[in-house]
Amino acid sequence: MSVATQPVPSPAPRQVGVSDERLAGVGLIVRLLQRPELGALLGAVAVYLLFASVDATPGHKFSSIAGMQNWMDAASSYGIMAVAVAVLMIGGEFDLSAGVMTGTCGLLLGALITKYQQNVWLSIVVVLLFAALIGAINGTLVVRTKLPSFIITLATFFVLRGMNVGVTLLFTNTVRFDVSDQAPGFASAQSIFGSTFLAPYNFQDAVLWWIAITAIATWVLTQTTFGNWIYAVGGDANAARAVGVPVSRTKIILFMYTAMSAAIVGIMVALRYKGIQTGQGVGQEFFFIIAAVVGGCLLTGGYGSAIGASIGALIIGFAQIGIIFAGWDSNWYFTFLGVILFVAVGVNTMVRRRAASARGRG
Amino acid sequence: MSDSPNGVPLLEVRHVGKYFGSVIALKDISMQVHAGEVTCVLGDNGAGKSTLIKILSGVHPHDEGELLLDGKPVRFNGPREARAAGISVVFQDLATVPLMSIWRNFFLGSEPTVGVGPARKLDAGFAKKVIRDEMRKMGIDVRDPNQPVGTLSGGERQAVAIARAVYFGAKVLILDEPTSALGVKQSGIVLKYVVQARERGLGVILITHNPHHAYPVGDRFVLLNRGRLMGSYSKHETSLDQLTKMMAGGEELERLSKELEQMATDTETREVARELREEAR
Repeated sequence: MSVATQPVPSPAPRQVGVSDERLAGVGLIVRLLQRPELGALLGAVAVYLLFASVDATPGHKFSSIAGMQNWMDAASSYGIMAVAVAVLMIGGEFDLSAGVMTGTCGLLLGALITKYQQNVWLSIVVVLLFAALIGAINGTLVVRTKLPSFIITLATFFVLRGMNVGVTLLFTNTVRFDVSDQAPGFASAQSIFGSTFLAPYNFQDAVLWWIAITAIATWVLTQTTFGNWIYAVGGDANAARAVGVPVSRTKIILFMYTAMSAAIVGIMVALRYKGIQTGQGVGQEFFFIIAAVVGGCLLTGGYGSAIGASIGALIIGFAQIGIIFAGWDSNWYFTFLGVILFVAVGVNTMVRRRAASARGRG
Repeated sequence: MSDSPNGVPLLEVRHVGKYFGSVIALKDISMQVHAGEVTCVLGDNGAGKSTLIKILSGVHPHDEGELLLDGKPVRFNGPREARAAGISVVFQDLATVPLMSIWRNFFLGSEPTVGVGPARKLDAGFAKKVIRDEMRKMGIDVRDPNQPVGTLSGGERQAVAIARAVYFGAKVLILDEPTSALGVKQSGIVLKYVVQARERGLGVILITHNPHHAYPVGDRFVLLNRGRLMGSYSKHETSLDQLTKMMAGGEELERLSKELEQMATDTETREVARELREEAR
């Protein structure tokens, strides 16, 4: 996880006569525990080993490259969103509409392409702008009303959920929008958003998107001014405001980014399957939050990492595919994720106490 | 006690008054802040200390009188202008984010960057070097600038906030009750930083309700009571006892101590009452 790790400075020589000002020494183990993604990484290794050992498929598919294609595919769609939800969570906010937004955006794409016969690329641009608008509305409502984003985006969730079905029924009389592969620009758009690479294993394009988005988010969070502001508005919005950080603007941009990530996932689903169901994405918002929290994000904001969230998504991918390969009833998947979440929150809370406590160190 | 080069006070408050509707928050307040001096503003709760800070730091405009910076009348439209003019406030909550590292907190809102366009990134190396240098000037050896601020003690956090204000060009440093939430030892450490800031040529305004903290470090003492100036003294004109007495309102304290003495049933309370009367005398 070298991308997110700050270089460890060599201890400076202690000055004489400053022994009354003890800055607590930070040991290597504490320093590692302070990395938000470390717990998730250890967890991922453990979950991988578990499912590799209970694998009931002939030839141990789970630990083969074909199996890797399977769990990477499952993880990538969660991962793209988990990174966005994690960055938003670091900024101190939730987006419960993140799951249903993938459906809304995919359906809008279907409507533009099939109903209005628009060029696929033009439709993609329109969908991204639409998502940015919804994100801006979410963010502005949260900032203006000062209500918890949990409530605001829960409302958005339900508004969109109803619209997804209602509008689709009006247009198609079904609960599905087809995306015609005859539409202008479909082939080139699908090659970017919904095709595969690395034959014969055929990894999904989404995997590349996921890795790229994780890398960019990590760079922004750890290396840029805006990243510094994200941690600050989540950690202590009043303190951030006092030193001149534009708190409202930062939060609104984060909501817009989350909604646009949902648009990318929706576009991917619609192009890959040449159509999209009205139920797409409903309920997935919780998987994103689980991935972010398992990856070390604090629900209270100000702490976490994009790489951690991606590892969280990977764990979900392991579990989803591993349970099928093990031949277990797939309902245990949810129970398994619940247990993982419990353990992760326990570990996170411990870490946060270590990182934030001023006592016993002075 | 060096004055400004031209002998004019760094910051001068002349007959300033402030009204909130019909409430007189401050009336006829005058004080001077000189470079290399600590001006203590003393007052009990509700004396008008907060209103005075807010006027000096540009949060509220004043309704009467004038504010002179380097001898020139000024009027600030907001805290940003006051900060740009060199007046910095270190608030009680210190405006630091506990979970963020020392260096990220120090430069929050004024981040140094290298590179251009999309490759522009935080200059972490520069930031960490500045932290080490600035904190060393205050006698603190920062071994790990990546350490979260939340792991620092109250005094150390205060030091980070002061160092930040000084580094970003404060000429007048306003410290709002810096010792109120601290224990005895940590308070002593913070007072040491106050002296250091003074020695580096800053004009320091120390807001406090504790004369025991103000007297050892202060050069001038301004006493506020119910929004009015109760007195203004330089150090040789007053003593700790006198300050304490004036702050509590001598007669009132004497009456309280008598009442307490009458009520006292155990020796300990009687002892407290006796001490209180000593102070009031």
